[in-house]
Amino acid sequence: MNFLLSEEQLALVDSVTNLLRDKCDPLRVHKIFDALGDAQFDAELWSALCEMGVPAIIVPEENSGLGLELVDVAIVAEALGKAAAPVPLLGHSLATIAISLAGSDAQKSKWLPLLATGEALGTVAFCEGKSGWMPDEWTMAGLNLTGTKTLVPNAAEADVIIVGTADGLALVEKGSNYTTARVNSADRTRPVDTVTFDATSAELLPRGKETAAHLMDAASVLLAADSFGGAEHCVNMSVDYAKMREQYGQAIAGFQGLRYQLVAMAMATEPSRGLYWYAAHAWDAIPDKSSHAASQAKAHLTDIYLQVTRDTVEAHGGIGFTWEHDTHLYMKRAMLNWAWAGTPSRHRLRAADLAGW
Amino acid sequence: MELDFGTEFDTFREEVRAFIKGNWPPADGNLKSHENERAFVMAGVDRGYMHRSIPKAYGGSEQPSDIIKAEIIREELTKARAPAGRIPGNGLVVPVLLEWGTEEQKQKWIAPTLRGDIIWAQGFSEPNAGSDLAALRTKAELTADGSKWIINGQKIWTTHGHKATHMFCLVRTEPDAQKHAGISYLLVDIRQPGVTVRPLVQMTGQKEFSEVFFDNAETPADMLVGERGKGWNVTRSTLKHERSGIATMTWSLSMFRDLVKLAKEVERDGQPAIKNPRIREELAAIEGQLMSLTYSTYRATSHDVHGRDVGPFQTMPKVYMTDLAGRISKLARDIVENDFVDMGGERLKWIERFMISLSMSIAGGTSNIQRNIIAERSLGLPRDKSQGATP
Ligand SMILES: Cc1cc2nc3c(=O)[nH]c(=O)nc-3n(C[C@H](O)[C@H](O)[C@H](O)COP(=O)(O)OP(=O)(O)OC[C@H]3O[C@@H](n4cnc5c(N)ncnc54)[C@H](O)[C@@H]3O)c2cc1C
Repeated sequence: MNFLLSEEQLALVDSVTNLLRDKCDPLRVHKIFDALGDAQFDAELWSALCEMGVPAIIVPEENSGLGLELVDVAIVAEALGKAAAPVPLLGHSLATIAISLAGSDAQKSKWLPLLATGEALGTVAFCEGKSGWMPDEWTMAGLNLTGTKTLVPNAAEADVIIVGTADGLALVEKGSNYTTARVNSADRTRPVDTVTFDATSAELLPRGKETAAHLMDAASVLLAADSFGGAEHCVNMSVDYAKMREQYGQAIAGFQGLRYQLVAMAMATEPSRGLYWYAAHAWDAIPDKSSHAASQAKAHLTDIYLQVTRDTVEAHGGIGFTWEHDTHLYMKRAMLNWAWAGTPSRHRLRAADLAGW
Repeated sequence: MELDFGTEFDTFREEVRAFIKGNWPPADGNLKSHENERAFVMAGVDRGYMHRSIPKAYGGSEQPSDIIKAEIIREELTKARAPAGRIPGNGLVVPVLLEWGTEEQKQKWIAPTLRGDIIWAQGFSEPNAGSDLAALRTKAELTADGSKWIINGQKIWTTHGHKATHMFCLVRTEPDAQKHAGISYLLVDIRQPGVTVRPLVQMTGQKEFSEVFFDNAETPADMLVGERGKGWNVTRSTLKHERSGIATMTWSLSMFRDLVKLAKEVERDGQPAIKNPRIREELAAIEGQLMSLTYSTYRATSHDVHGRDVGPFQTMPKVYMTDLAGRISKLARDIVENDFVDMGGERLKWIERFMISLSMSIAGGTSNIQRNIIAERSLGLPRDKSQGATP
């Protein structure tokens, strides 16, 4: 049993963390968050991550990628979550996974090298209506797609959109007949669009039908990883603040009531690391457990993340309730993580079904 | 990242299985006999499967430390419901003797303890010294000729006090020294006229713990473990030997499996309770918490094996497990409905668990005291003596 990160994985996390320290400090995140007009991702940071090879992690070697596993993307997602990094990794990675698992050779050789370097931006369009995230809820069909998909990451900027349909997964290229409208989403670090397709021409991914559920599971894993990173950061931020802030002539860290609140936050967060690791590992290596683990991780970690961000605001007092503080950036990321790919409650019921209960 | 134990351990597992199969259940079928249990444990020691960390000279099997082998042995013993040679109090005193005992004490006490011929009770808590253990007042005085200690005072909540033959206890031997510096660690034969053991009935109705009164009880001078006045350090070192997180995790897994079984068995509104969405969702939520504990424990074990720092998780399993056990027993309550009040009914086990899960929040350091420890050691919050984490 070796349930730990390898030296290479630790080195990967280190290099991403160092880059983020450099290019994604809280000031930068606030700047991106507060940009006027529609929310935008941080193009400079994204291209630095692309240069480092982040989008190539999950691309097979024969398509000019690094041929690594989801767990490797997940530990990067954790680091990005910690920094609240405004980059389109989620949609991009999922589009990449979809094409590499379900695409034809021609689709793979056309798109994967471009996605690996970041020259092309990919995204995924799953949800219909307010909660139709799961493959059996996708109603659009055929090769001329008509209908609306919601909460699509960076559809406006994307060069290729993988659309979940009743036939599996379809590929739509930029320039086809669709329109996007940026949602006024709370989380301005990861913009999302509503996409309206109108007899939009699409190609099928040949193995889309078999891949759709597995793809949704990858989404769950990456959201869980981001949530862990964010929650852990919020715990650390609250602990550090408690040591520094003084009231009644002493550091507030001395008050047992507050100490127990901090302990509860850490107790919810820290042990959940094992669950997200397991879900990532199961996606890579234990096919029969993978969907169940992914749903459990998605439900548990996004639930905890949102609660921990609430506790973080409380632990900071008035300053925590302000726009200029970091607390709200994390809470708003936690809100998107909670909703995207289905709420914790829906994932728990799915896990129960998968457990055969 | 790799979760299975690796094929190099397959043969080892086979050997352990074959050993258990050949030796348990015992030939005469008597699973309760002390003799049978002892014979099994002794055979396990011969094969190097039990008491692995204890030197051969003291009756152990002296094996190189190997967390994975230890885990395989534990799994196989549990599966076969075979005795593991563990008696709670005994498991606490042996590491102390190994670390602090004189050669004579080790020779004299360890082997019979491993065989189960001596049963130890832990005499720490007193009526006025619980969380604040160092406030204890039971005193021991050395006789003028220096041959024995005379003990007076009272211990309380002593688990299995009435079944034990001996007690390891903390007593005040230096009345003039500062609180923590006046305490010594003594071994006492409690089957003597100066000791009165009065069983206390727990809220479950069972007599699992006792009050123990010392009235000029005696113990030979050489029953002092470690130096006079150093008893606090002696007990603190037992923290290092706390049972592995894996045992905690296995216990919760089996309780959860029982809960799922219960939810499938009990009918609600004409179908199994497990089909009720609220119960189903809470069951899945509990499973998510349990999976977190499980895989973080595997992570912690792997980190230990590779000499990596486990990080903040280290201090968390006890409270996490306590909360989980409470949550499990509350969902069981919701499932059994009216059976929840019937102590004579078929769901008694769950009523008992509803209560026993609470004892976990008290025994071995209360949940609040654990939280104090987490705050200091895992979160690095400033030390606060009044909060009981690190006296
Ligand atoms: C089933 C069971 C078996 C036991 N077996 C043994 C045994 O074999 N041997 C033995 O010696 N003892 C044993 N005990 C005793 C146990 O160790 C004590 O009960 C425990 O340490 C708490 O002490 P107390 O009962 O005096 O409670 P108190 O210390 O009086 O605690 C009462 C409440 O105050 C809280 N509190 C106290 N101090 C603080 C603080 N600093 N910060 C925050 N909250 C605080 C506690 O968390 C608790 O909620 C057993 C207890 C039980 C329930």
